[in-house]
Amino acid sequence: MKKAQLEKILKRYDYQDSDLLAILQDVQTQENYLPRKTLEEVAERLAIPLARVYKLATFYRTFSLTPRGRHLINVCLGTACHVRGATMVLERLKRDLGVKAGGTTKDLRFTLDTVRCIGCCSLGPVVVINEEIFGKLNQEKAAKLLKEYN
Amino acid sequence: MADKEMVRFAIDGQEVEAEKGTMLLPVALEYGFEIPHLCYHEAVSPYGACRLCLVEVTKRGRTRLTTSCNYPVDEGIDVTTDSEDIQRARRMILELLLARAPHSERIKKLAYEAGIKETRFSLMDVGDCILCGLCERVCREVVGADAISFISRGDKRDVGPPFADPIACIACGACVYICPTDCIKMEERGDERTIVKWNRTLKMQECKSCGKPFAPLFQLNWIIDKVNLPKDFYDLCPVCRAGR
Ligand code: SF4
Ligand code: SF4
Ligand code: FES
Ligand code: FES
Repeated sequence: MKKAQLEKILKRYDYQDSDLLAILQDVQTQENYLPRKTLEEVAERLAIPLARVYKLATFYRTFSLTPRGRHLINVCLGTACHVRGATMVLERLKRDLGVKAGGTTKDLRFTLDTVRCIGCCSLGPVVVINEEIFGKLNQEKAAKLLKEYN
Repeated sequence: MADKEMVRFAIDGQEVEAEKGTMLLPVALEYGFEIPHLCYHEAVSPYGACRLCLVEVTKRGRTRLTTSCNYPVDEGIDVTTDSEDIQRARRMILELLLARAPHSERIKKLAYEAGIKETRFSLMDVGDCILCGLCERVCREVVGADAISFISRGDKRDVGPPFADPIACIACGACVYICPTDCIKMEERGDERTIVKWNRTLKMQECKSCGKPFAPLFQLNWIIDKVNLPKDFYDLCPVCRAGR
């Protein structure tokens, strides 16, 4: 992240270290991950220990310390989706993308992750890509979905 | 400022007195009650991580199990330190701790005293760390170096320097000293000191008089900076300085 961009974010929060969480969220949104160098700059500009920034950055699942893909795929592995074959869908996506759960494709197109029930069990198996929900999936349908994103 | 408000309450039937709001564990220890504890140290703030210091507190007719290291005392509470329920809970906690820190002499001893011969849980490969957080608290609150912290959460929770880079560690050894399971090792070889767990090695200052290395240079400069001492303050080791 460019220095000026970070400065803009920090300014938005008046350089208050009590807003560290919100600051990290803004960095994550803009960069799709938290670059080490940016975290070091955050610590320096707010005059707080890097250990504190790192503690927070590693605590929340929304943060990632490595680059995430442009599109985030979440496969629901909640009980309802599970009994309807969610693991088959997950296995297929893993195979097609060549990544493990939690992994990111080399071209940074996709990050594949799993969740536990997103609350629309009757649609299971469910997959969420970015903010959009896709239900009643099977292996073929899931594989086809990927083509819609680049 | 208002006068200190003293409160009176009972521990195992004995009447005790303490300043309102102080934590129960130190009060009980001062009165000579024995409550096992691992993550409490009077030099740092309480954290309630190990759960070992459980007691029963009855307040307004209601009794509950609670950790004593972070329970502020209040007028009229009734504390029990060693009931059946407490012992049962403690034994379970000790078995769990034993699975994390099977080599820790202190935990082995506590477990032995509680009548535990071995743990039913599978041993974990976490280098005997029980995540009590004493090291990161002493580094932040006492040393002020803020070199280490908790990392991640859930089953990935760990403690260490950010990005595994101990750049802020001054190798003072406070965490080595305070760790209840003895899992932070310190080695001194020639004029170098290493904090093994954090992978930090620093050169030590040699005493200008007797020639013995006595403390990491980086640490001394850090203290000189922080407290504004004269630059030559640490030319001599404490022994030689005292003998002058
Ligand atoms: S040795 Fe390093 S990590 Fe440990 S208390 Fe000192 S500065 Fe902190
Ligand atoms: S290293 Fe020692 S002091 Fe630090 S959290 Fe682990 S057990 Fe506690
Ligand atoms: S289990 Fe998948 S949405 Fe509920
Ligand atoms: S000493 Fe109270 S929870 Fe560890």
